[in-house]
Amino acid sequence: MSGTSYLFDAILTPLLALSLAALGLNLLTGYAGQLSLGTAAFMAVGAFAAYNFNLRVEGLPFVISIGLAGLSAAVVGIFFGLPSLRLKGFYLAVSTLAAQFFVQWALTKFDWFSNHNPSGVIDAPPLVLFGITFGGAVGRYLFALTVVTAVTLLTLRLLNTQTGHNFIAVRDHELAARVIGVPVLRTKLLAFAISSFIVGVAGVLWAFAYLRTVEPHGFNLDRSFQILFIVIIGGLASIRGAFFGAALIVVFPLVLSRVGSFLLGSYFDSGVLDMSQRIVLGVLIIAFLILEPRGLASLFDRLVRFGKR
Amino acid sequence: MDHTELLFFTEVLVGGLLSGVMYSLVAIGFVLIYKTSGVLNFAQGSMVLFSALTFVSLVERAVPFWVALLATFALMVLLGLSIERLVLRPLVNKPPIILFMATLGLSYIIEGAAQLAWGTQVHALELGIEDLPLEIAGVFISKFDLFAAAIAAAMVTVLTLFFQYTRVGLAFRAVADDTFAAYAVGLRLPRIWATVWTAAGFVATVAGLLWGARLGVQFSLSLIVLKALPVLVLGGFDSILGAIVGGLIIGAAEKLAEVYLGPYVGGGIESWFAYVIALGFLLIRPSGLFGQKPVERA
Repeated sequence: MSGTSYLFDAILTPLLALSLAALGLNLLTGYAGQLSLGTAAFMAVGAFAAYNFNLRVEGLPFVISIGLAGLSAAVVGIFFGLPSLRLKGFYLAVSTLAAQFFVQWALTKFDWFSNHNPSGVIDAPPLVLFGITFGGAVGRYLFALTVVTAVTLLTLRLLNTQTGHNFIAVRDHELAARVIGVPVLRTKLLAFAISSFIVGVAGVLWAFAYLRTVEPHGFNLDRSFQILFIVIIGGLASIRGAFFGAALIVVFPLVLSRVGSFLLGSYFDSGVLDMSQRIVLGVLIIAFLILEPRGLASLFDRLVRFGKR
Repeated sequence: MDHTELLFFTEVLVGGLLSGVMYSLVAIGFVLIYKTSGVLNFAQGSMVLFSALTFVSLVERAVPFWVALLATFALMVLLGLSIERLVLRPLVNKPPIILFMATLGLSYIIEGAAQLAWGTQVHALELGIEDLPLEIAGVFISKFDLFAAAIAAAMVTVLTLFFQYTRVGLAFRAVADDTFAAYAVGLRLPRIWATVWTAAGFVATVAGLLWGARLGVQFSLSLIVLKALPVLVLGGFDSILGAIVGGLIIGAAEKLAEVYLGPYVGGGIESWFAYVIALGFLLIRPSGLFGQKPVERA
């Protein structure tokens, strides 16, 4: 693989997909204050829904498939968000795990979702937006970039509306929010719906722009945690943070493997790499929570201010 | 239902209840920490893995059983102390969700470190208990499961006595009841947290040995945390009794569903069925079985 296509295929495209997923989770967790541990499930719903819409509806433009995939994820999101009407905090977080396990089970068990592929693997359809086919490493990156830019702009817009303010009100003080007339229950479900929509679209990008062949197992609990870690490292309630966090999460394993094999030579095999990656990631999470709880986004702001001085 | 079917049903039920005890064993570790510090410790599962892996690796290197057990326990104490010093103390007074995320990071570190130190291969763990089926009134029960249940009962008794009749136990209960008041009357919170993490480490060691003997010591041991979470949701995060009863209910319901419901949906439902039971129950009773009932569940 040449240098450029490696840069796009292995770094930039997954970075965009993960950023978008983190953006979706950040809307729910950072802005609306509802912790979810089932992000990967909604990515999976998005990916498999887009695949099926594209496969089964003749002549449907791919952009519509993406939209429908987002909507499917939103519907599933509302369903698994229903417990949020009665549960809070840890109880809710645990209930979102139900989504994680149920979706993964259903996608593996019912092979209709993967068009009867025995191992549940699906292949990417061609990426077409408004009549333009996006092929090759750079093409797939541009496709992802277009989708991510559009969704990010819409999200920024959303946060400046009453709905966005309601999210923050519910997060900061639910009772106070209710007293001043914020429809708390509706706001929570809306947060689940919009967040799942974005995460679902991110799943489509992850599956079709980055991996191109996916199986349900790729959307496991570790993926959900990875997205949560991006949000923590990047900064809760920060749009920029999602991108910073994703950049760190994508780049640091590559750096770690280079540094590790440089320092330790052949002792640093893939098993050791895997384990040290886990350890470093864990240390990073705790370090950020203790030293920089508002994440890379706030670190960046301070650097900018420092630079201006 | 004729006699054979009834026997079969009883066998499934008893098997489920006994495996529920194993879930409770993990859940109790969570309750200890949650009660005293309000932290939902996701790293409990990786502590189970860490202790089991350390113990089995020592035994394989010809360290005598009891020495290995003591060494493992000493390591868990050390782990508990360093967690309190390096993770909990800097994060004191932070929202519970932040502390939970910190324990997520912690579980990554412990899992990584355990496997980096001892390798990733599967180890068989022999505790010297024969796993022969025991026939009681026509129902076959695993001897090992009975043994595990007895150990769990003994552990709960010890913990209850400890909480009820010792000074440290009293301090624990004071902190659990009202952290601020406990601090105001001069209880040393960091010391209590360190002790409670040590106690959770002890519970993790016991759970690790029993689960390890059953499944083999390997990475998937740390995933039993996912089996304990629905138990906690059902029983309430702050009740040891809830953890036990919740474990029994989940264990039994899971096994019964697997046998009687599984064939209709194609099996494999045990990955999520426990969560559905717990959630369904919570919709009716938001505070869980035995959890404290605040005005609002937070």
